[in-house]
Amino acid sequence: MSKLDQSTLAAIRPDFAAIAGWIPQGASVLDLGCGDGSLLRYLRGTSKVHGYGVEINHDNIVACIKNQVNVIQGDLESGLSGFESNAFDYVILSQTLQATRHTAPLMQEMLRVGREGLVSFPNFGYWRNRIDILQGNMPVSEVLPYQWYDTPNIHLCTLHDFETFCHDNGICIIDRRVMTGNNEIKLLPNLLGSTAVYRFKRAV
Amino acid sequence: MNVSNSIGIVSTQHAQFNTLFSCKSGAVLPRYELAYETYGTLNSDKSNAVLVCHALSGHHHVAGYYKDDPKSIGWWDNMVGPGKPIDTQKFFVIGLNNLGGCHGSTGPISINPETGKPYGASFPLVTVEDWVITQSHLADKLGINQFAAVIGGSLGGMQALQWSRAYPERVRHVLAIASAPRLTAQNIAFNDVARNAILTDPNFYGGDYYEYGVVPTRGLRLARMLGHITYLSDDAMADKFGRELRSGKYSYSYDIDFEIESYLRYQGDKFASHFDANTYLLMTKALDYFDPAREYNDDLNKAFADARANFLVLSFTTDWRFAPELSRAIVKALLHNRLKVSYAEITSAHGHDSFLMKHTHYHDVLRAYFDNIASEFTA
Repeated sequence: MSKLDQSTLAAIRPDFAAIAGWIPQGASVLDLGCGDGSLLRYLRGTSKVHGYGVEINHDNIVACIKNQVNVIQGDLESGLSGFESNAFDYVILSQTLQATRHTAPLMQEMLRVGREGLVSFPNFGYWRNRIDILQGNMPVSEVLPYQWYDTPNIHLCTLHDFETFCHDNGICIIDRRVMTGNNEIKLLPNLLGSTAVYRFKRAV
Repeated sequence: MNVSNSIGIVSTQHAQFNTLFSCKSGAVLPRYELAYETYGTLNSDKSNAVLVCHALSGHHHVAGYYKDDPKSIGWWDNMVGPGKPIDTQKFFVIGLNNLGGCHGSTGPISINPETGKPYGASFPLVTVEDWVITQSHLADKLGINQFAAVIGGSLGGMQALQWSRAYPERVRHVLAIASAPRLTAQNIAFNDVARNAILTDPNFYGGDYYEYGVVPTRGLRLARMLGHITYLSDDAMADKFGRELRSGKYSYSYDIDFEIESYLRYQGDKFASHFDANTYLLMTKALDYFDPAREYNDDLNKAFADARANFLVLSFTTDWRFAPELSRAIVKALLHNRLKVSYAEITSAHGHDSFLMKHTHYHDVLRAYFDNIASEFTA
């Protein structure tokens, strides 16, 4: 993906554009589970961010360097102890939340290190997923491409689940974008949206 | 010998500095000389120079080999050469022997012009800070105002870090591999045992053994054996030697039984035959003294406040002598200062010595990073 231009990236990953829409020029950003650094590269183009990625996979570390993205090798599951409190304007967890084991502590860590958190995840309540379940199968789709036996996704949730989780954990949701492909979903988002992007902060 | 991708035949040069050099300790050298080698070609705007800083037992012979000795391959030949991660077709690479060394630069073995005898014990304890200053003088001499990169492993990494502090405008990228912001107590302890082995050798004569025509071989050999154990991981040793016996049975004596004993003694002998004990002493002391946070109330963040370079910090998972958490401490301080930094923790079985080895992941990271550096001046 290293040579894709901005518009192509945005088309492939509609959550990128949503995230970029919230990030002002020159913000400092930490992208957790940053993969090959595509999002940070995209944000560098859209918002001139001062960004770092965190990634565990070696090949992705090399890919980030090739993308000229700062990357810190580390395991999100062991927390963000390598980062100072309030070091970043935004801490992003893009399409990774559902694959984390220590999900609640990680969300708290995001808000220790960053002023605000941004997460995107596949909405398990999306109608196609519900139909798959009704038909007796685990959902497999473009957004959830894995079979049940090889999926890294161990903490899938719906929009409702996530919002309840935030409420119960002292996390204040500031904004939300729900999408199916590139279309924003306003009506019945928990049913009609396949991907959600949230912006949140510590509840005071 | 495989000479493919080798820079080929190289030769050593010497730079004379006929000015007083005041060491951090307060000692003054009347003049000094540095042995160095260069590989590749300096481009027209002199923007492609890379300085390679050596570690405890290293020197200026980084890559290639000497005309009269095809086996004399440089210590980082797998890293530096045409098509290698530090590609000499793109970069002008400089290796030098640090002040106090024993491979051609002024050191304890050199003649003190004031006495006509070897410096010996009177050679000052030089520091990482001193080395970086002398390296900058060499850069001046070579007409290099700013390095594309300064790179080093272990003690060499400390010099690279020091470059970013001492000469923020003179280095664009700093690469610190298997290094540390300062040594731990355990690390200093190992160094002190090594030093004691040398200092208590009856042939040491307080450091003036040259005059007696002897060498504290026993001490140096022990020091190296100890060091060597700490540079390898338990697993790497188990893998390589296990409990393998040399002759298949116990000898019930203090002769060599196990292969590991044979290996360590061989390494110790080899090292003691060509390395100067005084240099070993002062190099370990330079390691112990390096502590940039010290002058800032142990605040490492402040120590890097003036740095402007971009950084690549690397560590190895099984390196317990310069453990990954030490590299992570460096990264944390760099992040605090909002400097550009990437950090990779390479999975390797070979402990501290990994930084010298040809390891795919390790070399992938460095190659990608150096390709980026090259794109800055070729674009």
